[in-house]
Amino acid sequence: MNHASHTESIASILSSQQNRPGALLPILHDIQEALGYIPPDSIQQIASAMNLSRAEVHGVITFYHHFRTTPPARHTIEICCAEACQSMGAERLVEHAKQRLAGSRHGECEVKPVYCLGLCATSPALMVGEELHARVTPEKFDRLIEQMGIKT
Amino acid sequence: MNIKLFVPGDSAALALGAEAVAKAILAEAARRNMAVELVRNGSRGMLWLEPLVEVQTAKGRVAYGPVEGKDVRALFDADFLHGGKHKLGLGLTEELAYLKKQERLTFARVGITDPLSLEDYLAHDGFQGLRKALTMQPAAIVQQVTDSGLRGRGGAAFPTGIKWKTVLNTAAAQKYIVCNADEGDSGTFADRMLMEGDPFVLIEGMTIAALAVGATQGYIYVRSEYPHSITILNEAIAAARKAGYLGPNILNSGNSFELEVRKGAGAYVCGEETSLLESLEGKRGIVRAKPPLPAIAGLFGKPTVINNVISLASVPIILDKGAAFYKDYGMGRSNGTLPFQLAGNIKHGGLIEKAFGVTLRELMYDFGGGSASGRPIKAVQVGGPLGAYLPESQWDTPLDYEAYTALWAVLGHGGIVVHDDSADLAKLARYAMKFCAIESCGKCTPCRIGATRGVEVMDKIIAGQDTEAQVELLRDLCDTMLNGSMCAMGGMTPYPVLSALNHFPRDFVKENSGLAK
Repeated sequence: MNHASHTESIASILSSQQNRPGALLPILHDIQEALGYIPPDSIQQIASAMNLSRAEVHGVITFYHHFRTTPPARHTIEICCAEACQSMGAERLVEHAKQRLAGSRHGECEVKPVYCLGLCATSPALMVGEELHARVTPEKFDRLIEQMGIKT
Repeated sequence: MNIKLFVPGDSAALALGAEAVAKAILAEAARRNMAVELVRNGSRGMLWLEPLVEVQTAKGRVAYGPVEGKDVRALFDADFLHGGKHKLGLGLTEELAYLKKQERLTFARVGITDPLSLEDYLAHDGFQGLRKALTMQPAAIVQQVTDSGLRGRGGAAFPTGIKWKTVLNTAAAQKYIVCNADEGDSGTFADRMLMEGDPFVLIEGMTIAALAVGATQGYIYVRSEYPHSITILNEAIAAARKAGYLGPNILNSGNSFELEVRKGAGAYVCGEETSLLESLEGKRGIVRAKPPLPAIAGLFGKPTVINNVISLASVPIILDKGAAFYKDYGMGRSNGTLPFQLAGNIKHGGLIEKAFGVTLRELMYDFGGGSASGRPIKAVQVGGPLGAYLPESQWDTPLDYEAYTALWAVLGHGGIVVHDDSADLAKLARYAMKFCAIESCGKCTPCRIGATRGVEVMDKIIAGQDTEAQVELLRDLCDTMLNGSMCAMGGMTPYPVLSALNHFPRDFVKENSGLAK
């Protein structure tokens, strides 16, 4: 997507959302959903519409782990690294994932830590987009990336 | 008549392949020309059995689990639609000891009803509490909640009725009800299971809160890691509004209440109430100084009731059955029930709603069946990442707010994470500091700087460098964090760290440190 179409989709999100009370988070969510990330050069546009300073908008974006200012990889795998998953081998799973994906093309797949998916009795757990997977063994992980079409 | 089948649509069941099972059942039924009605219920909370398939029979619901897509054909061959015998068969669901031994008040409908069917909700005592509340004066509603002894289930255990009373008595043109559904503690999933399994009870509880204090707008702040909860809540709110349980004129009473779901963005600290309010206002989730209390100046500076999901969802049954009914459960000043969540390295993990007073040992062995790995259980963290690690000597203490305070531990949101003897408590203490460093909002120094220094100190201890001096430094640092932090993030990180150090000192002494083990 080019810059002009970014500006346009952001403008339409802003005009539909900006009058809601506490609108900034819903706006940032919508932008990230539409574009995959929040382009840094859109901060001025958001700030102007919301009557905020650029620093305030930048501050909000960078405070929350969920928001990103660079385009995401083709696939993002979020592996839970919190205590319940640790107790069932999450660290080994992360190591395995890193090793398996070490050979994949740049921008193909990103592995991110996440702290709790609420699947603590069926750990270790991970999330791909909005799709959840529980009791993930290394073998199950390999089958999953194969199904996702990730070449390693 | 169609045969009624249940395959949970709960996140945990989905994560274990429930969608594939549901599809396989429908396809197989079609292939055999059998008419079935498939309900996507919430989870019964026996998570090691998910996906748990249930069939409605004349004798009651019969359970099979854990079912995979490839088992479906054999289940049909065994005539499971009429409760036929199969190796995955578990018998009547209601007779399963794990469920039978529970006291399900807040979770009474979860796993039983279709979460998005208003008809089902009404058929299972739904909106009885709201109907009663509509006939009562606001102060009388608040009094019921106070008399029930209900305390905040999010972790702080503050009496819910007192909070409501403050909001009721603070005059303002606009008041708010905010539901804290930012369930970020590892080992907890009760909020998620309730929102996905019985969303109407939360809507009902929030509406009663609105009537009690005179609020007209509510928000449910749900973490972004719970996409399914958000979808289900939005659908439930739309259905409730359409049927007149929400909106400008609730059940023709002239009262108005609107409800909206807001999505968090992956900040653990936003589970702290003032940080959550900042986030709802569209700002960085920075903790506010108290006073003023949110009950007096909360969301957008207005009087606000902010309660956890389970607190609000416990209100309808209190209004329906009366304060005395609820208060009758529990012990001491811990009244009612708590949905405990048994998680981590445990054979039979899941949700266990019990009256306060049950012990960890009962939960871990009588319900949980011991560790999943089969190794001895070493340490149990109760109450999330800010909760203490408990050694075996403390497993017989009744789970009660005051009894846990006496142990220098917390019940928190009822999450129980089990670790077997392969766990290294020094590593877990380091993780507690690291988690605080990652998630600190940065407002106060003890938390922002202390957590980072804490990781460094733990690194030295783990490396066996100058252990004695570093342990002293760690205690000093924890003292500063405990007493100098603005909120529980920095103020309670010392709980897991110091409890690990005090109860499992051997894990902090490495072979190369020169100190005797």
